[in-house]
Amino acid sequence: MIERIDAIIIGAGHNGLVCASTLARTGMQVLCLESSDSAGGMSAPRSIGENYHFPGLAHASYPVSAAIRRELKLDQYGYVPGTAVDTIALDAAGQHLTIGTDRVAGDNLSEADEQAYPAFRKTYLAFAKAIRPLFDNKPPRLKDMDFADTATLAKLGWNVRLGLGRETMYEFLRVAAINIYDVLNEEFEDDRLKAAIAVDAILGSAMGPRSPGTVLTWLQRLQGEINGPLSLQSGGQAQLAHALTQSAESAGVTIQLNTHVEKILIENGKAFGVQLTNGDMVKAKVIISNADPRSTFSDLVGAPQLDTMFANRVAQIRGSGVVAKLHLALNGLPEFTGLAESQLRNRLLVAPSMQYIEHAFNHSKYNECSENPVLEITLPSLHNSSLAPDGHHVMSVNVAFVPYALDGGWQQQKSTYAYKVISLLGQYAPNLTSLVVDHEFLTPQDIEEQFHAVQGHWHHGELSIHQSFMMRPLHGAAQYDTPVDGLFLCGAGCHPGGGLTGLPGHNAAKRVLKLGGAK
Amino acid sequence: MTFHHEHFRQPFLRSPFIERIEALSSTENWTGWNTYKVPRVVDKLTSEYFAVRSGCAVMDLTPMEKYRISGNDAAAYLDRLVTRDISTLKPGRVTYIVWCNDDGKVIDDGTLFQLANNDYRLCAQHHQLDWLLMSASGFDVQIRTETSDVAALAVQGPTSYSVLTAAGIAGLDGLKPFGIANLRCDGIAVTVSRTGFTGDLGYEVWVEPQHALTIWDAIFGVQGQYDVVAMGLDALEMVRIEAGFIMPGFDFNTADATVRNGHDRSPYEIGLGWVVNLDKGHFTGRKALLAEKARPIQRRLTKIVVDGNKPVGEAFIYAGKNGKQIGEVRCTIWSPVLKANLALADIEYVNGKLSPKLWARFDYQRELKWHTAWAECHSQTKPFYTPDHRSATPPGRF
Ligand SMILES: Cc1cc2nc3c(=O)[nH]c(=O)nc-3n(C[C@H](O)[C@H](O)[C@H](O)COP(=O)(O)OP(=O)(O)OC[C@H]3O[C@@H](n4cnc5c(N)ncnc54)[C@H](O)[C@@H]3O)c2cc1C
Repeated sequence: MIERIDAIIIGAGHNGLVCASTLARTGMQVLCLESSDSAGGMSAPRSIGENYHFPGLAHASYPVSAAIRRELKLDQYGYVPGTAVDTIALDAAGQHLTIGTDRVAGDNLSEADEQAYPAFRKTYLAFAKAIRPLFDNKPPRLKDMDFADTATLAKLGWNVRLGLGRETMYEFLRVAAINIYDVLNEEFEDDRLKAAIAVDAILGSAMGPRSPGTVLTWLQRLQGEINGPLSLQSGGQAQLAHALTQSAESAGVTIQLNTHVEKILIENGKAFGVQLTNGDMVKAKVIISNADPRSTFSDLVGAPQLDTMFANRVAQIRGSGVVAKLHLALNGLPEFTGLAESQLRNRLLVAPSMQYIEHAFNHSKYNECSENPVLEITLPSLHNSSLAPDGHHVMSVNVAFVPYALDGGWQQQKSTYAYKVISLLGQYAPNLTSLVVDHEFLTPQDIEEQFHAVQGHWHHGELSIHQSFMMRPLHGAAQYDTPVDGLFLCGAGCHPGGGLTGLPGHNAAKRVLKLGGAK
Repeated sequence: MTFHHEHFRQPFLRSPFIERIEALSSTENWTGWNTYKVPRVVDKLTSEYFAVRSGCAVMDLTPMEKYRISGNDAAAYLDRLVTRDISTLKPGRVTYIVWCNDDGKVIDDGTLFQLANNDYRLCAQHHQLDWLLMSASGFDVQIRTETSDVAALAVQGPTSYSVLTAAGIAGLDGLKPFGIANLRCDGIAVTVSRTGFTGDLGYEVWVEPQHALTIWDAIFGVQGQYDVVAMGLDALEMVRIEAGFIMPGFDFNTADATVRNGHDRSPYEIGLGWVVNLDKGHFTGRKALLAEKARPIQRRLTKIVVDGNKPVGEAFIYAGKNGKQIGEVRCTIWSPVLKANLALADIEYVNGKLSPKLWARFDYQRELKWHTAWAECHSQTKPFYTPDHRSATPPGRF
């Protein structure tokens, strides 16, 4: 046993690292305990064998906010947001659509759509900016607000009413709670365009374009775009996980890998330490969990230390992962019908129509795998040639919707399904199947096991409206502090959710400091 | 296709004792308790009341909600459920318990019987299965309703020990208050606990339903030698107030039935601070109760004796005659043994203190004409009626 330190962070996911580095920069002594053999969690680089390297589960993301970059000196530690990319909506016949932040182009695109797109994007980015105050701060409580809560709501009110202007505000209020399917059908004709935008609204969630609340999930994703355009994680030094590790360690954080926390130790209602799988005990003044809220409360804290209604709400948290990861090691560059080589640097989508997405989603509801999944494809080796041997490439594919609990179990069906996905890719890149030298397919169940996130969920819990803002991850723990004194949450399960934003980790650190930190 | 719509023909369940009670009922004064048919008064209220205080009264307890809680985590589960430290309970012992929601507001009270290691019976006034199951997640515990699987009789009053002994239940001499004994009556296995809701000497007899009538007949078979009277809920209401026992849902609003802010009550506010153990480790509501304990108490359900002999009925309580209104009477009786108006009143405290002057203002009728009266009230913390013979072991013989 070692002496009592200031803070233990359970998990070195990117949010745990942001939180650790932020706290250490105020002089706190911080120990970060990570179960796996690398830091970064879902954003940690992965490899197949010695030669093929991948950015991790999160392969396409937005830059982290300027404030976090500055505060944690991320640029100094090598962070580069990555090269900005467009999204290409693939078409089996090769009539692809290239979609940027403010323009769209492609075969058979109507002039009306082409012209409507920039205005549409502008409006929604304005909506996203209007609700920005909700993201940079802890979600305000509606009862017993403190000054910070009042300030957040005041900023929100100001932005929505005065920032947007009367007409735009009316439109915002109209769409905020409806589904992306209706909105996109009102705005556009082109199936490819509508589907590509819809993917951004639903990817990572157990929602189809017709699910309620999908405008909100899109606005949440657009928060990232306020910081800069979508870019690809390119692996290696420039990757967020790496810079964060450097930032944390140079601020004095000790990151201990291969260290699984088994239990949070609580006495008299207060967390005072953790117990490791090897039986060791480590004590700290505050415990901050980057593990997902369900495993934090159900496994690490345990029902006996929680009140009945709270424990019951934990058990009700919805969040069954629906995105699988396919990593391909390739001995050459795939040729996509109708795409030039230079276009392969972009993010490619297989989602021909909103109907297609909705169908794929429906299968997952019934614990089935769709024969026609939604695919988000990147070729990181085109951005960083060190990821694969000369002339070789790596491809990273997010596959939705893949159920956590597949009927009949994953064991029997996993490799069959991986090959189905590869052959679907082959419909767009006919030479692909002949290039595959190795592959890794991670189902939500594998992600649960390897990344310690219950049911392998992208956001550590569904980002549905009843689990957002002051309800995220659940009532009673929505401001990063929990009913257990001295225990905080800092991961994607908290407001404002997953993705490589660092916001939950940063907001949590602010909360820890506000509540007295290690004092 | 068959339709199962016949239940409306029998709105009340019938306890295995009901035919005997029906045979004795001269009043046909029935009501429902947990959907069972039960008597308010079987024959005469006064004789039922005096049977508890000076003889032996028998009441059907079968409708009491009974839950069997067992499994490896049963003790841990119960310790998280209730405010009291039950780790000190032993097999063969009973304890009085309350349980709260997360806000530290009382959901119900009851008695907990430890039948064996990790095997308990919880008896409650109200239906609790949903709360018990909700509390079970994360524990290796089985919870089963056994209300209709166990027939139970309360046998209460100074002669109850003699009555049960004469009825053929041997081995009660050493049974202490809150103890449980597994005995025989007429060759039938019965469980007897020295428990009750009357504040007098008394027992509760638990038996399989198919033997219910045999046990009833054995107890009533001592008629002639001892007076044994079947009793209804109205007499119980009188004796339980004398004994200072409270009724959730009547004397205070239970948390699960409360909609309006501030209408539910914590254990401290209903005089049950003594069953709250904040040092025993975590339990549901502990954090809220710790915070409440740190503040001056806001209100308390208080035992009061109201001067005079006019029936108090519904009344407001004031801080002094014509003073500020600070409370309400929740239940009241005229106590025949104490010759006094007894009441439980929900009274607001100021700066954590009870007003030294308490007055009740109430309306009463004389030959249909309404009058208003003021009467001074005297608070007390001890139960109104605690006879010594209640706790003597072995109990006195008659
Ligand atoms: C298949 C998939 C694809 C994704 N793709 C993208 C994408 O392209 N772009 C994007 O922005 N986002 C993507 N995401 C989401 C994104 O990766 C996550 O939301 C984000 O990485 C969560 O970060 P975090 O730090 O909160 O948690 P995590 O990254 O999950 O980190 C939590 C860490 O805690 C550790 N831990 C848990 N329990 C314990 C314990 N008991 N003891 C010790 N350590 C513990 C874990 O090992 C893990 O390292 C994807 C997610 C998935 C599942």
